[in-house]
Amino acid sequence: MGQGFFLLFAAVSVITALMVVLARNPIHSALALMACFLQISAIFVLLGAPLLAVIQIFVYVGAIMVLFLFVIMMIDVREAVLQRFVPGGNLPALVLLGLLGIEMLALVLWSDRFSVTEPVAASGGDEIRQLGTTLFADYLLPFEVASVILLAALVGAIVLARRESG
Amino acid sequence: MVPLSWYILLGVVLFVIGAAGVLLRRNILVVLMSLELLLNSVNINFIAFGHYHGDLRGRIFAIFVIAITAAEVAVALGILVALVRNKSTLKVDDVTMMKG
Repeated sequence: MGQGFFLLFAAVSVITALMVVLARNPIHSALALMACFLQISAIFVLLGAPLLAVIQIFVYVGAIMVLFLFVIMMIDVREAVLQRFVPGGNLPALVLLGLLGIEMLALVLWSDRFSVTEPVAASGGDEIRQLGTTLFADYLLPFEVASVILLAALVGAIVLARRESG
Repeated sequence: MVPLSWYILLGVVLFVIGAAGVLLRRNILVVLMSLELLLNSVNINFIAFGHYHGDLRGRIFAIFVIAITAAEVAVALGILVALVRNKSTLKVDDVTMMKG
């Protein structure tokens, strides 16, 4: 049952990711990206991380994609580039991508380190409690650094988006 | 159950698609969205490894990636709005102000 669900979510997420790259209109790209994020959050649930799935939906689908749609509607897309996507436009980059994909696929498929099928039994107890304890005890410094980075990004975004008033 | 390699392969496929969007598209908005796709494929790998090896650190780092992505998108869209206001273009090839 898990395999069927995984194949379904993986197929839909790959198709929507292709639509993100291939779509002509940026709004179509944004909506396809939203669908892709929803599939990825479903995959997080399959991986036994429901908290991460909720965070994914809140942050990505709820905040980041709405921000993207706002910006797309704010700037005029009609006069912007609505050019059709030509895959052969940049041949060296295409060849490089093909080599990268083949290399990574070969490395994953040939190695036997990724053939684990059963997850290690997690130690008992509340999962979110363990996650919080690890985050705020062992990773306190990175957490504080991330909060400072978020503050700097907030100030930077306000300064950048403000109209110059002399 | 689903083997670990399937999740890794899904991460590989999404990564290559996102890299194709970054390298081949000429629209800044689509390039930014493809960047989000790249970060999400990395998140899938983090959480898959953490799940199969019984380790919470994968989830911790996925949380950090999500938080930093939010900051990055806010700054990038601010830069984008300022750019469109000044140069009124959305093509990456036209933005050569930083070229030496």
